[in-house]
Amino acid sequence: MTGPDASVALCARGLGFHYRRRGGRALQDCEFTVPGGRITALVGRNGAGKSTLLHLAGGLLRPGSGQLRVLGAVPGTSEARARVALLTQDKPLYPRFTVADTLLMGEKLNSSWDRTSAERIVREGDIPFHARIGELSPGRRTRVALALALGKRPELLLLDEPLADLDPVARGEIMAGLMAEAAERGINIVLSSHVLPELEEICDWVLVLQDGRIKLSEDVEALRQSHAVLVGAADQAGTLAGQHTVVQSRTSGRQLTSLIRQHGPLRGDWHVERPRLEDVLIGYLQPGEPGHCAPAERTEAVA
Amino acid sequence: MVEPRKGDVIDYRIDRGSGVPAYVQIVEQTERALRMGILQVGDKLPTAKEVVAATAVNPNTVLRAYRDMEQAGLVELRRGLGTFVTRSLARPGVEDDSPLRGEVADWVARARAAGLERADVLALVTAALDAYDNEHDGTTPGDRERKKEDA
Repeated sequence: MTGPDASVALCARGLGFHYRRRGGRALQDCEFTVPGGRITALVGRNGAGKSTLLHLAGGLLRPGSGQLRVLGAVPGTSEARARVALLTQDKPLYPRFTVADTLLMGEKLNSSWDRTSAERIVREGDIPFHARIGELSPGRRTRVALALALGKRPELLLLDEPLADLDPVARGEIMAGLMAEAAERGINIVLSSHVLPELEEICDWVLVLQDGRIKLSEDVEALRQSHAVLVGAADQAGTLAGQHTVVQSRTSGRQLTSLIRQHGPLRGDWHVERPRLEDVLIGYLQPGEPGHCAPAERTEAVA
Repeated sequence: MVEPRKGDVIDYRIDRGSGVPAYVQIVEQTERALRMGILQVGDKLPTAKEVVAATAVNPNTVLRAYRDMEQAGLVELRRGLGTFVTRSLARPGVEDDSPLRGEVADWVARARAAGLERADVLALVTAALDAYDNEHDGTTPGDRERKKEDA
């Protein structure tokens, strides 16, 4: 059975969570909808709540308040478990198992198992099937864990910092393999990452978390189109306030560089550039609220 | 003998740092291959899966580029078969052995010998093209589309 929101990958309403021991709220009042068929970047600074959100979506944690749905289902239910795969940062594998044992376990535990894909991912990493998991390098362990997750043929794949342990060549290969999988089977992917340039041209949706709250949930192309990087004389800063949302602003000497979310036509004399996804994300990840122009004025006063 | 019409006639290279969206890069590289005659009518473009497996870009990006080119009448999407080139952009004069190309090669050699850098050469050509087009109002539909995109 699929729910009414089956075409939606992830949907949160008033979602909140706090860890009893750590204190403080890990997630608070999260409201967002990620449409189906997307490759989503989950971005935020350390401690923003990315892993918590992925653990909740994978059914490893239960929401403290509000609700979360994955492919229209409640995370952790048998319906959700059959369709969602989560690869956590710690990659829980049995160290004494061999690679072959691990894949066999995947086959036994999952009703639909794609042995060909799983074995291909392992083989592409030149990993011997008789090697024990505990003896593998972190990068190779990641590959086996990914093979286990993809062999399950999930409709939604949740990846928590999947590339962190991998060398640049392996990162490229793994990413290309994931994209090929997405092209062939149309799976939904949500991946958290700190490496913003790598997300460029991979992701078509972004979720930005800041201090446990959702700051952005938006289509990447729409995000690039609605934002602009302006370079011009610093004394024009006043023409931006009020009409546009100033996300980030920097003054050096008489020159002002500003990332804005544009609302309507621009006044003043500006050199306008479309930002890369990375530029927009960095703008939103910086501390301080949008619309806040004080640092620029301060710099000017000093200069 | 007829060349096999397989999907391996063109390799896309995506520059992630350029700020040019990947779908635009794919369209531009296809158009360039069509202009140079590397791609010909009837050729099959690589599948979305083949492109993303080689470039690690989002599959929707490739599909969007192919749809844009279909709307421009350059390719045709045949369900279950693939994407095929339906129109050539090759014009007489761009082949390797054409007189125009030879003259440009000579001119480039002279410009280089005079100490011009790559950007200087490109700027000269662009300026001459702009001056000619302004005088003759001779932009082609393709040029106009590109200018709109740039704006």
